[in-house]
Amino acid sequence: MNNFLKLPVKTEQKLRKFFLGKTLSDGFLYRFAIYGLLISFSYIYLYPLFFMMINSLKSVDDLINPGVQWIPTALIWENYERAFQVLNLPESLIDSTIYVLKVSISATLSSALIGYGFARFEFPLKKLFFAIMLATFILPQQVTMVANMLIFKDLQIISTEWAMLLPAMTGQGINAAIYILIFYTFYKTIPGILIESAEVDGAGQLRIFRSVILPLAIPSFVIVFLFSFVWYWNESFITGLYVGDKVTLPLWLQAFRASYESIFPPGTPGAELNEAILLAGNMLTILPLLLLYFFGQRLFTQSIDKTGITGE
Amino acid sequence: MNKIKKRKTPFLKTMQGYIRSFQNTWKTKIQPKIDRLIYRSRHNSLYDERGNTIKIAKIFTIKITRKRRHAFYGYLFISLWIIGISYFTLYPLIYSFYLSFHEAYYNLQDGVTTTFIGFNNYLNILRSQILIPLYTNYFGKMLVAVPIIIVFSIIIAVLVNAPIRTKGLWRTVFFLPVIISTGPVINELNAQSAITLPNLQASGIYSYVVNNLPSFLSDPLTTVINSMLLILWYAGIPILIYLAGLQKIDPSLYEAASMDGASPWMRFWKITLPSLMPFTGISIIYVVVSMSLFVEPGGLLDLTRNHMLVGAPDSAFWFGYGYAAAMAWIYFILMVLLILFFISITREKKGKLR
Repeated sequence: MNNFLKLPVKTEQKLRKFFLGKTLSDGFLYRFAIYGLLISFSYIYLYPLFFMMINSLKSVDDLINPGVQWIPTALIWENYERAFQVLNLPESLIDSTIYVLKVSISATLSSALIGYGFARFEFPLKKLFFAIMLATFILPQQVTMVANMLIFKDLQIISTEWAMLLPAMTGQGINAAIYILIFYTFYKTIPGILIESAEVDGAGQLRIFRSVILPLAIPSFVIVFLFSFVWYWNESFITGLYVGDKVTLPLWLQAFRASYESIFPPGTPGAELNEAILLAGNMLTILPLLLLYFFGQRLFTQSIDKTGITGE
Repeated sequence: MNKIKKRKTPFLKTMQGYIRSFQNTWKTKIQPKIDRLIYRSRHNSLYDERGNTIKIAKIFTIKITRKRRHAFYGYLFISLWIIGISYFTLYPLIYSFYLSFHEAYYNLQDGVTTTFIGFNNYLNILRSQILIPLYTNYFGKMLVAVPIIIVFSIIIAVLVNAPIRTKGLWRTVFFLPVIISTGPVINELNAQSAITLPNLQASGIYSYVVNNLPSFLSDPLTTVINSMLLILWYAGIPILIYLAGLQKIDPSLYEAASMDGASPWMRFWKITLPSLMPFTGISIIYVVVSMSLFVEPGGLLDLTRNHMLVGAPDSAFWFGYGYAAAMAWIYFILMVLLILFFISITREKKGKLR
């Protein structure tokens, strides 16, 4: 009996090496566990996205039928056509892109200037100002919106793009503290000799910023621009309050039910709003960002190391 | 053929003529005027620059030192920020604090009208049957959810940091929610109950919590369970923060530990976790802030807006801007308290471990 189970020594060693590896961390079991955990966690993460994709293509019968969960019996592309119409798509996409571009570019430029001021120069009260700048991260506009509304009304810029543009231009926009911090940490890595040699050559401070610093800072510009684009695109509460009802695509989505009824009035056959059409609208809303992320994912995921939000 | 190609069209020719004449007038007439203006602004009786000194009104002389020049340029660069912080952040903060002690309305003729009513706004919120459960639920939900997110993101970061292939792919997956989580989309997913794990809701834990705990404990727990996926979605940025932290750990520490016979389990508890502790503070701040700012329909921020713009839909009491400001202030204070509480906890742990 014992002989039957006993493997030759060499085979046993090979098996042991295969399953446990030399240091446990390169064995099959270890890898299997890690990949298994990662795959199950990412299933949790991607579940809503899959849910949206699948259900947006379902027909009404499939939506009701509990037997059909992941594979619809037929793909209904008409859902997307209707959502396209209701979201008023080509125009609303262009409008919101232009608006978000304006805001995020001004946020990027202003935080580049402010970050340089903090990183390069010594001036009285600098530490206090820097601390206040970091503290503004936990004081977002949602908290001060009541007073902000009245201020914007006084300035008569409520319900115009300026209500978002002005704070962005002065470094007070959404998550502006993070952008300033990203630039600050980057400028700190530029060797001082570079700037001093430019000074010796007779360049003024503004000239140094324009011809020495800016070309070096282009990667930071790209990162900050991408983040601010995404965050301004996703911000719908403040934008809806300050700027207007239908400025960005997410705001069009918020009004989806109402505008659906005006385009497809209730009562006409086959015109009832169902979940599939709603989800198709959702998919269309996040699609531009998904594309942006697909092409620029490296820039997004590897940037956090460089930002200095990690604590130093 | 060649001749025809070389000949310019009359339109281009006239355009070129215009541009050239404009350039000429600019150089001969406008540029000198600008130069003279600049010169005048630097050398006049009020403000005069000579070498290393500036004379102001012919009385005061200021020496330009390197330090002073740096201070000047420093303020020049952050001047935008100083304007912004004072006008769009600090002033609204103080103004909303002021408003929260007043009954304030807006009308087109007089602008804002305020009358002082002391602490009445705050007292009315504390008496409100609708708002108090919302506040306690928010507080309880955060108390439960933030530790879950932090633990989850540490686990994910350690897993992704393990020596495996396709690291970039996992990073991409776990950062995805940061990109696509816009308010209306999440609300729609919420309405279709796509942000809960079906298995979790069917499991025994859920019914146990609902049946056996008092409501002030079970309400936050059930909201957390019901929106489990949404809560895990907030881990996107903490995961990246912890990953950056993991990469800063010196590998020789691990080698030394395994020489001394420490198992991977021990190494995780004795090396990895203590060196990740400094990154917990910033993760907590990020998670608390981004979770608090999510506006759910019927949530506190949404109600604040309603009270401000159209009045309370649920009661006869409407206290306008002042009432809304008081609501926002209580919300903000709770948020800061939560951050302080969590950070103080993690500080203590750090002290114990070392």
